[in-house]
Amino acid sequence: MIMDKLLKEKIAFWIFRLLSIFVIGILVWILGFIFIRGFQVLSWDFITKMPEDGMTKGGIYPAIIGTFTLILGSMIFAFPIGVMAGIYMNEYVKEGRWKRFIKLMTNNLAGIPSIVFGLFGMALFVNKLKFGDSILAGSLTLGLLALPVVIRITEEALKAVDDTFRHASYALGATKLQTIRRVVLPISLPNIITGLILSIGRVSGETAPILFTVAAYFLPRLPTSIFDQVMALPYHLYVIATSGTQVEQSRPMAYGTALVLVLIVLILNLLANALRKYFGNKVKMN
Amino acid sequence: MKPFLKRFSEQFVVGLLALSGTVTTLTVMLIIIFLFSEGLGVFNTSPLESHNTLVINKGNPVQQLKPEQLKEIFDGNITNWKEIGGGNDSIILLTINSLTDFLSEEEIGMNFEFLPQKLDSLVESNSGMLAVFPEKYLLANHLSKEVHVDKNNLPDFILGKQWFPTAEPAVQLGTLPLILGTLMVSVVAILIALPVGLATAIYMAEVANPKVRNVMKPVIELLSGIPSVVYGFFGLITIVPLIHDLFNLPVGETALAGSIVLGIMALPTIITVSEDAIRNTPRAMKEASLALGATKWQTISRVVLPYSISGITAAAILGIGRAIGETMAVLMVTGNAAVMPHSLLQPVRTIPATIAAELGEAPQGGVHYKALFALGCLLFIMTLLINLWVEYISNKRKMLR
Repeated sequence: MIMDKLLKEKIAFWIFRLLSIFVIGILVWILGFIFIRGFQVLSWDFITKMPEDGMTKGGIYPAIIGTFTLILGSMIFAFPIGVMAGIYMNEYVKEGRWKRFIKLMTNNLAGIPSIVFGLFGMALFVNKLKFGDSILAGSLTLGLLALPVVIRITEEALKAVDDTFRHASYALGATKLQTIRRVVLPISLPNIITGLILSIGRVSGETAPILFTVAAYFLPRLPTSIFDQVMALPYHLYVIATSGTQVEQSRPMAYGTALVLVLIVLILNLLANALRKYFGNKVKMN
Repeated sequence: MKPFLKRFSEQFVVGLLALSGTVTTLTVMLIIIFLFSEGLGVFNTSPLESHNTLVINKGNPVQQLKPEQLKEIFDGNITNWKEIGGGNDSIILLTINSLTDFLSEEEIGMNFEFLPQKLDSLVESNSGMLAVFPEKYLLANHLSKEVHVDKNNLPDFILGKQWFPTAEPAVQLGTLPLILGTLMVSVVAILIALPVGLATAIYMAEVANPKVRNVMKPVIELLSGIPSVVYGFFGLITIVPLIHDLFNLPVGETALAGSIVLGIMALPTIITVSEDAIRNTPRAMKEASLALGATKWQTISRVVLPYSISGITAAAILGIGRAIGETMAVLMVTGNAAVMPHSLLQPVRTIPATIAAELGEAPQGGVHYKALFALGCLLFIMTLLINLWVEYISNKRKMLR
């Protein structure tokens, strides 16, 4: 009987172990596939040249610049508002109906599919406000998408600050705002920054929201104003993988583009983890 | 004076913070307003291609045509009036393209000046004729009878089986194939991902030692960080050919390919959420079970899992919600055929993929454009309901605790 019990446990645990290895295996497979094929294409020219010959040759420079422009644009919008909203949510609003409502709305916004953001961005920014297909419209759309993430991150970072810090500050005669600015924010800043880096990773890979708000199919020059269209890495990958003029010939370019995109996400992830570790040792949150 | 200024500026900053706090609410409302004001415009508009009119013989009893019926007539599947409530008379179709079959160029005139008169008399002399032509060629005091085509309406929009948003002469806006395609791909994706994800979650929470867990956690985080377009590309290059060869199909771009890719993408969500739920099992409950002589596995299967079942359900539903809204990966691997899905080994088309693929070509403000926004509304409502459901489940859990 006891043997039976233990044998069952052994079998069950081995199944779990194997499936976990399987999950890790999938990631290794995906990354391996993109790294091995992508590195054969990756070169200095690839990341600094314009695309040529129906996007089968040349580089992806404008797409890289476009993606970074969109990251910058969306974060200029989403960071300040998101962090302020997070502060308001954690420090000012009292528990109750209003807070529950705001929280619900934030969660709902986070759950809205990215293609709906694309539709909305097109209806409001491109058509209604007449920004046209532009960096401005795309950045605002992506910014709205990133907003709930930034708010949640800020809230969690602030929540992790122990109340004793606040009480100590109040006891010294500081106002609430002074306490937040001089005590709570500096302590939680590392966590906020870590989270923000992760949210940049998300924004950089989004395709659906920029499809109709900013992304250009082929535009071998750099943007000159915020009303310009730009190419962007994820859209570029989609185009050359599916609907380019010569899908087969542009495969190497697709591998290269996918690799650059994954590398950006990977580097941001590693950076966030490193920061978390570094600050984790330095600052004690509670 | 100074303390006053200080108080004032503090109040100002607090006001600013409060304003930012409402930004998500504001955004959700704006999204609803814009999405629905564009999307609802599709209803109560005519599915007829711009300014066309339909004319039949005065003696014909037919008053009203459905868009599908009109399409079937054009496709040659309906050839007799009795099939659509008229008398026993075969249908003679006259369109602007087949005009020269009935009238010579002299009869029409150089600038179509005789066309209205000729059309009217042509329809009057043929009892079975159905003429479709631009409204401007309709004679002012015409003898023939105009037929009305049913306007786009909500029941037909949701239950219609044909999605041809640019069809001539009447667009077909039945979204049932898209809705079913979306649900099928998403649900199958979760059926694939749930066992694997749950096993991994149990392993991480209960079996693995902390060192292994500390390695796995960031790896899974990374899995969720990979952009969906990269998943789509990966699926297109590896999974699509695999399915093509494995099942010996004409095309590998199938619902199954979409489900597998979406399943992989849903893994991080399912693992993280259900691991959280498992970890929240009170230690006392587990220890009580172990103290009674149960093995670790018995404890997991009879104490931990039943306790965390609502969290695991939430994980699965959340996973479906994400999968329903996923655009790029699905667009790249499912083949995008807007037909009623019958099997997993056929191409299907989902709602988000339809929007992404077609919005670029739809002229702004047209029927097609509005129909795509209506699809966006549908998607919005579906994901909203799912989110509220998840919220409800997790709130109930919190109250139980």
